Amino acid sequence: MKLPIYLDYAATTPVDPRVAEKMMQYLTMDGDFGNPASRSHRFGWQAEEAVEIARSHIAELVNADPREIVFTSGATESNNLAIKGAAQFYHKKGKHLITCKTEHKAVLDTMRALEREGYEVTYLDVESNGLVDLAKLEAAMRPDTTVVSIMMVNNETGVVQDVAAIGELCRAKGIIFHVDAAQAAGKVEIDLQTLKIDLMSFSAHKIYGPKGIGALYVRRKPRIRLEAQTHGGGHERGMRSGTLPTHQIVGMGEAFRIAKLEMAAENERFAKLRQRLWDGIQDIEQVFLNGDATHRVPGITNISFNYVEGESLIMALKDIAVSSGSACTSASLEPSYVLRALGLSDELAHSSIRFSIGRFTTEEQIDHTIKIVHEAIEKLRAMSPLWDMYKDGIDLNTVAWVAH
Amino acid sequence: MAYSEKVIDHYENPRNVGAFAKDDPTVATGMVGAPACGDVMKLQIKVNEQGIIEDAKFKTYGCGSAIASSSLVTEWVKGKSLDEAAQIKNTDIAQELALPPVKIHCSILAEDAIKAAIADYKTRHGS
Repeated sequence: MKLPIYLDYAATTPVDPRVAEKMMQYLTMDGDFGNPASRSHRFGWQAEEAVEIARSHIAELVNADPREIVFTSGATESNNLAIKGAAQFYHKKGKHLITCKTEHKAVLDTMRALEREGYEVTYLDVESNGLVDLAKLEAAMRPDTTVVSIMMVNNETGVVQDVAAIGELCRAKGIIFHVDAAQAAGKVEIDLQTLKIDLMSFSAHKIYGPKGIGALYVRRKPRIRLEAQTHGGGHERGMRSGTLPTHQIVGMGEAFRIAKLEMAAENERFAKLRQRLWDGIQDIEQVFLNGDATHRVPGITNISFNYVEGESLIMALKDIAVSSGSACTSASLEPSYVLRALGLSDELAHSSIRFSIGRFTTEEQIDHTIKIVHEAIEKLRAMSPLWDMYKDGIDLNTVAWVAH
Repeated sequence: MAYSEKVIDHYENPRNVGAFAKDDPTVATGMVGAPACGDVMKLQIKVNEQGIIEDAKFKTYGCGSAIASSSLVTEWVKGKSLDEAAQIKNTDIAQELALPPVKIHCSILAEDAIKAAIADYKTRHGS
């Protein structure tokens, strides 16, 4: 088996070979390299046609109209454009925005930027299962609230929010509802004809498309308007100027087309792999599954291992590429703010691992992962004074630690 | 994070992991750090009648550098008198393991662990 085993599909996915092949037809002199905005010759017309076909593939995955899709550089830009664009366009109605504490930084930092522009933001707590409490959301809504932004699938825990119910709540109050669906598209059913969602962010590289391309869904009925954040030649109906990167867009379109065809079968397979992984790990003492057990995507499993330290755990798991709940590669040992928001202690947040499985994950890889995890936990606990104390029945919360 | 080869060696093959019997009068224990800070070190020394550290064992909850620092000091204190062991400086540990600046606290913790174990021995033996 090839090592390390890639189990970080929530960070990014490899480009599907079918996607890569398609993209290569839009780069060289022999291919359709033209500028889609060139109206005076066939190079431009052909590129434009390719872009429009890709746009319809993206729209089809989420049951939207192709005219509601605006291409961006990725979900981060989509989140910026959606939140800033709507907040600024509708600022006369009010300057209050709502989001929740477990959102991606692309949403949270955008909100912070708007706070510096004089907007007021409510950051909702989530319940211990990671879900937003609808009653608390409703209570936070005010007459001057213009935008609510809640992600569909959380990138760290895989928890799926009830965006249908949140949408109803927002629509009833005339509040614009933005959803970051970077981790959701191609993983869960999204029907924008029935969902009351006004703006939705997509990324290509989370579903086997290329990096550097994404899209924003902007509802036409009722029409949502945005203040452009990037000015220039007026591409994408003035909402996002800049020459359209044909090969990137074609790649995203192909990735979304494949996702629509294969999503159901893939989810079934992922669910089995996830169960296999969890069955193999849950017999270890003091392990905890983070996030709601049922409202989540099958691809992401987040587990905390008590009495082992996160960074040494990552070192011990060097043959599997996973993501840690502690940002220990940076100078400061910051535990994940998402897991902290779920109420986890610093220690448990530090020692959490996100396993995310994807299109190329095999049973054999899962079995090997289980073996590596068992060995790592055994080794580190044999070395851990905290494990000994736990085994001796000492409550670690009663120990007078000397913080340093 | 790129670790030095020495850190990786100590992490992969930690020296002297374990614990001595708590009721052995020749054993002293130093435990430093806190779980919330991400590292706890327990260092035990076994001291003979001449006041020489005959053996040492450790258990550490912490990152690779913390594990390597404690593994290293168990090697260093062996054969030393209590006074000699007390002279071990965190800078020596950091230098030996080529710790990056963000991991210096691991070497400081290891020095503290030695001092705590020695203090425990002195308290037990009333000197």
